[in-house]
Amino acid sequence: MHARADAPSEQAAENAAAWPEEIFAILQRFDVRQVPYVPDAGHSQLIERVLASSSMRGIALTTEEEGVALLAGAWAGGQRGVLLMQSSGVGNCINMLSLTQIFRFPFLTLVTMRGEWGEFNPWQVPMGSSTQAVFELSGIKVLRASHPQEVHEVMEAAASQAYNACTPTALLLSQRLIGTKVFVK
Amino acid sequence: MSKTNLLDRRAVVSHLLANRKGAIAVGGLGASTYDIAAAGDNDRNFYLWGAMGGAVMIGLGLALAQPKLPVVVITGDGEMLMGMGSLATVGLQQPGNLSIIVLDNECYGETGGQVSHTASTADLVGIARACGIADARAMTTMAEVEVFAPSLQDIAAGPRFASVKIDGANLERVLSNRDATFIVNRLRGSLGFQPI
Repeated sequence: MHARADAPSEQAAENAAAWPEEIFAILQRFDVRQVPYVPDAGHSQLIERVLASSSMRGIALTTEEEGVALLAGAWAGGQRGVLLMQSSGVGNCINMLSLTQIFRFPFLTLVTMRGEWGEFNPWQVPMGSSTQAVFELSGIKVLRASHPQEVHEVMEAAASQAYNACTPTALLLSQRLIGTKVFVK
Repeated sequence: MSKTNLLDRRAVVSHLLANRKGAIAVGGLGASTYDIAAAGDNDRNFYLWGAMGGAVMIGLGLALAQPKLPVVVITGDGEMLMGMGSLATVGLQQPGNLSIIVLDNECYGETGGQVSHTASTADLVGIARACGIADARAMTTMAEVEVFAPSLQDIAAGPRFASVKIDGANLERVLSNRDATFIVNRLRGSLGFQPI
């Protein structure tokens, strides 16, 4: 039985308005210009803001590794970027993440987590469980935000170390934060 | 398939880059990077020694960041096949200043000459066109290369894609710089950006 209480989704809907906007504001302040993404429900609000922005270019990808290469090119051309993806896309990036080490460019990715915190779909669990380890093995620093009130602070830290210190960084946005996907009402 | 009258890769690349002006040239790993190095080192050469499948995306990031400069990606058929989705991404973005040249020897020359998909069934020009890159062509003669080369400077009419069938001979390697931080910071410096 896939029991589900109604209260958490209402809570998630309320929270949805605030923290993506905080992320967007920080990206603006750091002069982020290129925003490659593979869509995820947890990123939908941020993607809409990016696509409506005059200073940022949202770039839809066919696979996440394209975004790593794109951001290396963007940096070579003088622009900062951020890669938006879901945890299942992290595995697609592994070889291309080499670029973050050999170029030492300011790589930042925001990853919405699946496969944890009440996940319904078992197919999300293996990659979600190894996401952090994959990043760490690839030389990427990992930060995590699990509660709406900490997103601003953690995002600020992630952007600062990525863009100011060229420290490749992944910010994991917990499923607890974005809300567990509901398959059966 | 006929293997006669195939073009010399070094002659093709040398001709494409001869009047490059300020153009940025991205070389796919392996022989394409050696070809760009053989045509002459340049602050705006972006040599790749890895990241297979990423050459076009690196070119797209550069092209979007520097819309007034021509960006030319020169890569091989195996590298292009690995990043075929990036043609769809380029087709969606339509960067006018991006040109993609595939040097197609129909094989993986760096690893022993194993045949690639372009030797028989895969049509990269058709794929590029179907991804929304309207200016997509196959070139088989130097006369066509000579007509095509000046268009690389037209930063409004891209993106463009060209596949050049080249001789599969493995030429002597011309090794470029391979320190990526040097390569990227040299390019950034030539564009007026300081190290952090």
